[in-house]
Amino acid sequence: MTDMTTLQARTGTSSSSTDFSSSVMTIEIGPAHPAMHGIVRFTTKLDGELIVEMEPEIGYLHRGFEKESENSKWIQVIPYTDRLNYVSPLLCNIGYSMAVEKLYGIQAPRRAEFTRVIMGEISRITDHLTCVGAAAMEIGAFTFFLWFIKAREYLWELVEEMTGARLTTNWTRFGGNSMDLPDGFLSDLEDRLSKLESIMEECDKLLTRNKIFIDRVKDVGAISKEDALSYGFSGPMLRACGIPYDVRRADPYSVYDELDFEIPVGSTGDCFDRFLVRMEEIRQSTSIIKQAADKMPAGPFMTDERMLHYPDKKDVYGNIEGLIDHFKMVMEGHHPPEGEIYMPTEGGNGEIGFYLVSDGSGDPVRVRLRPPCFNFVQAMPLMTIGHYVADIVPIFGSINMIGGELDR
Amino acid sequence: MDFLLEIIMTPAILACLKIAVIILLFAMPLGTLLTLMERKWSAMIQDRVGPNRANIGKFTGNGLLHIAADGLKSIFKEDTIPKGANGFLYLIAPFFGLIAAVAIFAIIPIAGPIGNFTFQVTDVNPGLLFIFAITSLNVYGAVLAGTSSNSKFALLGGTRASAQMISYEVFMGLALMGIFMVYGTTRVSGIVNGQNEYWFGNLVPMWGIFTQPLGFILFFTALVAETKRAPFDAPEGESEIVAGYFLEYSGMRWSAFMLAEYVSLVGVAALMTTLFFGGYHVPWLHLWENAPQWIVTILQILKFTFFTVVFCWFQIQLRWTVPKFRFDQTMGLGWKKLLPLSLVNIIVTALVILTLA
Repeated sequence: MTDMTTLQARTGTSSSSTDFSSSVMTIEIGPAHPAMHGIVRFTTKLDGELIVEMEPEIGYLHRGFEKESENSKWIQVIPYTDRLNYVSPLLCNIGYSMAVEKLYGIQAPRRAEFTRVIMGEISRITDHLTCVGAAAMEIGAFTFFLWFIKAREYLWELVEEMTGARLTTNWTRFGGNSMDLPDGFLSDLEDRLSKLESIMEECDKLLTRNKIFIDRVKDVGAISKEDALSYGFSGPMLRACGIPYDVRRADPYSVYDELDFEIPVGSTGDCFDRFLVRMEEIRQSTSIIKQAADKMPAGPFMTDERMLHYPDKKDVYGNIEGLIDHFKMVMEGHHPPEGEIYMPTEGGNGEIGFYLVSDGSGDPVRVRLRPPCFNFVQAMPLMTIGHYVADIVPIFGSINMIGGELDR
Repeated sequence: MDFLLEIIMTPAILACLKIAVIILLFAMPLGTLLTLMERKWSAMIQDRVGPNRANIGKFTGNGLLHIAADGLKSIFKEDTIPKGANGFLYLIAPFFGLIAAVAIFAIIPIAGPIGNFTFQVTDVNPGLLFIFAITSLNVYGAVLAGTSSNSKFALLGGTRASAQMISYEVFMGLALMGIFMVYGTTRVSGIVNGQNEYWFGNLVPMWGIFTQPLGFILFFTALVAETKRAPFDAPEGESEIVAGYFLEYSGMRWSAFMLAEYVSLVGVAALMTTLFFGGYHVPWLHLWENAPQWIVTILQILKFTFFTVVFCWFQIQLRWTVPKFRFDQTMGLGWKKLLPLSLVNIIVTALVILTLA
């Protein structure tokens, strides 16, 4: 086979005809390929159309987030976290800020926490909308995808209203948020959620019981509970296997223990279960947002502890403590106490965990991110081998690989 | 003047003229218009605007200029040949599909005959068997393109295309058996005229859709699969094998594939109209006695065009509504569902004809 190929390369004849008659054909899927959401490469060996071997290669989007964070001040890491998961940037903002707050041993005011819950769940919905929509688009349901993008657009307008940006949100701070709820936000929220619900209903009718769709995703890419656990799955991928693990319930943070929601679980862990779990989570998130909006307390949106935020301008110009605080905040930044912590939060894809080490000097010693889809991509061979090459599309779509958080 | 008319009326020249009129004035323009219609219609389905930017000064024609812009772009684009490709086969492959798509129109009548003059290029004796012969040529385009481009994705697409098209030819033929039995001929003119009869006095025309409802569904499915349109576009497989057999093509050769797809979309629609919706016959028109011939002909052309456009629309709607089949599911649907169903259809049709006779 190798001899044939080299011979043909020398004589300039086509090698494709011999590849066809040979038993196994190597085919490179990616790094630039329509089914690859980010940039990732799968070196796949095919027997006809069946996948016999697959090797994922990641790292094409490595930007050195963790190393870059070590050379920044604590607060300067927040904008980097926007770029981790570019379909739900706020969840990474929140995850990082809560990790630093845990290092400080403080908690944001209740109003800030409720706002974070609302914005976080909005981001979870945008994440799921993108994932489900893109996966459906790749198996041909293009209309479904664009309707979901329309719904996502409504929510991103809310994000823009709150943070001033759609993607580069840079919204949370240590001990609160950079901004309070804008005027009329809650009524806008209600309006957008009802639009989302009507789109969800229509799309549900269009796709969920469609025979072709079910044929494409049912029993495709199934993974057992044991395998999922041993690969370190989390989030919707794990819940689709039937394990009701959700950080919001298993290790409650923020004000999630005051809110009422269910954790949808699947049974077989195939692509269809993942689809259903994500669809149900969108509905659950909608209900969480409504509850949080109802319970929204009055009060400050930022902690009033010293050295966590810039002092008010009247203090800076009015008294010496304010002036010194301001000077030290500008020159030195935050000084979390010495220590190391791991703070898991539930991201769109699964458990987003920040492991932070501080030596009290004002610069992060280590910022380590546990990205959920890292584990999923490792399990790609397990999920795809034995399936057809066309099944890579729904399987990879259901993973919702985000290059930003995978390669960091 | 008489001399000129005599030359024009020789059968060969007349056939050429008909080819020019039917193909250049009906099939091709409708095919090209459909590229825009598909984009606009899908935009409406998906709640977006669709193409509207191409312009000459202030004139955009609501996207109409995109057709010209696309054509110009394809013509001026470099016609690349990938390294290691089989040059000759690679260069001729795109035109198999286009020729096959266009040739379908040779036997489709778009209006009734006036005296000796027929609005049909030729009414060949084998009739629809000609269609089967021509569509099987279509396979060569995909297979040659797939194997000659020296690309593994194209190869996968080519093999998928050949398997799918050869299989669906079988069901296409079997699905039409019922029509042949009901109207007692394979000639297109015979089938079309057979559909001009009526049941229950003048109540229901004997259209193919009423005499062969199952055959209609089977034949339509087979035709859509044969033209590799969604939901049967696994050979193209844009999400897993990128663009399938025409992955490596660019410029006008790529456009030839696209044009072939849209012309065969019109061809499918015209065939469905001819075989299942009375062809050019306007229903109940015979009740209007002494209708002037020219009005009848115009009405017939309008009716034919209307149904053709409706079927084009239906195929577009289908594409943007349902997801795609996986390749093995396409084959499974064909061999496990369509084949038994078309056999059942033949037997039932035969029994009904026997009992009625």
